[in-house]
Amino acid sequence: MAGARVGHGGRKVNRAPLPTHDRPSAAAKAPVSPSPARHKGEIRIVNVVKIYGSETASIRAVDNCTFDVPAGKITVVVGPSGCGKTTLLNAIAGFHSITSGTIYLDDALLCGPGRPSAAPGPDRIVVFQNGALFPWKTIIENVAFGPMMQGRLSKKQAFEKGRAMLAEAGLRDLESNYPGEISSGMRRRVEITRALMNDPKVLLLDEPYRALDSLTKSVMHEALLETFDRNQVTIFFITHDLEEAIFLGHRVVIMTTRPCRPKKILTVDIPHPRDYSVLTTKRFREYLDETIAAVHEEALKAFAAGERER
Amino acid sequence: MLAAGEINASLSDAPAGRSADGTDRVRRVKVAAYRLRQWLGSPRPYLMLLGFGLFFAFWYLTVEVWKLPRFSQMPGPTTVISEWLSPDPTYGLSIYSPEYYQHIWVSWRRVSIAFLLATATGVPLGLFLGWSLRFKEYVFPVFELLRPIPPLAWVPLAIIMFQGSETPIVFLTFLASFYATTLNTMLGVESIDVSFVRAAYCLGARRRQVFWHVIVPGAMPFIFTGLQISVGVAWFSLVAGEMVSGQYGLGYLINTSYTMVQYPTMVIGMITLGVVGYATSAAVRIFGNYLMQWRARELAMGGEK
Repeated sequence: MAGARVGHGGRKVNRAPLPTHDRPSAAAKAPVSPSPARHKGEIRIVNVVKIYGSETASIRAVDNCTFDVPAGKITVVVGPSGCGKTTLLNAIAGFHSITSGTIYLDDALLCGPGRPSAAPGPDRIVVFQNGALFPWKTIIENVAFGPMMQGRLSKKQAFEKGRAMLAEAGLRDLESNYPGEISSGMRRRVEITRALMNDPKVLLLDEPYRALDSLTKSVMHEALLETFDRNQVTIFFITHDLEEAIFLGHRVVIMTTRPCRPKKILTVDIPHPRDYSVLTTKRFREYLDETIAAVHEEALKAFAAGERER
Repeated sequence: MLAAGEINASLSDAPAGRSADGTDRVRRVKVAAYRLRQWLGSPRPYLMLLGFGLFFAFWYLTVEVWKLPRFSQMPGPTTVISEWLSPDPTYGLSIYSPEYYQHIWVSWRRVSIAFLLATATGVPLGLFLGWSLRFKEYVFPVFELLRPIPPLAWVPLAIIMFQGSETPIVFLTFLASFYATTLNTMLGVESIDVSFVRAAYCLGARRRQVFWHVIVPGAMPFIFTGLQISVGVAWFSLVAGEMVSGQYGLGYLINTSYTMVQYPTMVIGMITLGVVGYATSAAVRIFGNYLMQWRARELAMGGEK
């Protein structure tokens, strides 16, 4: 997070000037539920390229990728499996380097020239595809983990805040259970609560509901939207489920298959808060048709490429 | 354990602590009773008894009834058991002779010392091998070169290196345990899902915190598998060591009763080894389950992941 701040002022109007110190997560904020008016966590991805492998045998996973993830909105990235969406997420989270290009978070450089990879930190928290609640810690210990590790809260304070946030998310009476004892849907919600405990600027969700059955999934979607309405945190959501993408997203970025770059960016003009009745509306269907047309072509390409490799 | 819990409860000023502790204990007893009933209601205990029965029947028939030539020197089960339980044993060793317990105690002490040493050195070494790639590059090739050398091959060197007869035996016992523990711990660290490590860094943990909060507990199931194997191989190499030198111990007992043609005593020694070895292995497993409540509870839920 100690990166150089690049002067791109004036892009945003509804935000106070950035504080001068380097740890945004430690900035003065006390309330359990942050004020909904706080919009932060804009990510700008500019000309990002990621090439895997050596010079002889290389795979261009991401190519010349440029798009914005607006602050306080849900941006859903869709594309065929293995198209390089996760590579992008890993670059933002700081798990992987990028070959060239630049990624900014609120005008601060995350990674770019001279800084191939960002450092992972509590301002951008990932919720993993298979879930990453620590199975050896109870739910409350998991939830309290972030603030305690950062030394922001004592154990007692962290547990109190954790209980409050679990209750807010409708997850009472779970705190002394281990993750292995609760349902996978519950685990996802606990994991999101664990992330929100740190007051992140951005939540990075990597197909978090992929392994869930469709009924649980719909419950999860509504819970996520509810959480979003409460916290107004920026969400970067990866999926290949188109209905999910349109139902959740303010903005849907459809990716081309390898190399990965935006093919089409859709603004979903259905007002929040949304509920499941949206799914049957004509408007929703239209968005879906539009997306399917774009994605299908890419899926065919991805399939053909897969066949060739075999 | 109960006493410690009570002291804690009485010291803690929160009344909730006491009641939670109490209900927890009641729950644990109930769960244990339920499991016992389940076990007795299932065919498993009876199949187990049947298995033992068949084994002893086979032994009895081959040795005492059919008197097969191959088994002619072997003492039959009735001879062994009557010798074992006799207050006045023919060859001077039964459950009534203090010498018997002396042998068990000496062997048990050697295994315990060696096992504790192997755990104290093997677990940290394995954790670092799994955690630091550079450390592994230095150490692991040497480790892999030494590992295939069987404890028996170390016997001469152990006798030259160490004074007396006690230390070489403990050293030999330690060796096999050490390799098993180290290797399993290392594999345990390497088996940890990278998502856990990433999640910890995301949540603001530093490297040292990741080590203590993710690496160590994450490797725990493998570590305990390793420790169970380690206790088993400790008994293996202990007997090898005791057969070579030493004045007491079950291995020594087996070897001397062989040279003195006291075959029933020899078999008593073997069976005792089996029982004691099983007991130590079970103790390690129970301790592991106690430390890893999360795992026991997860498995109790049907292992849904």
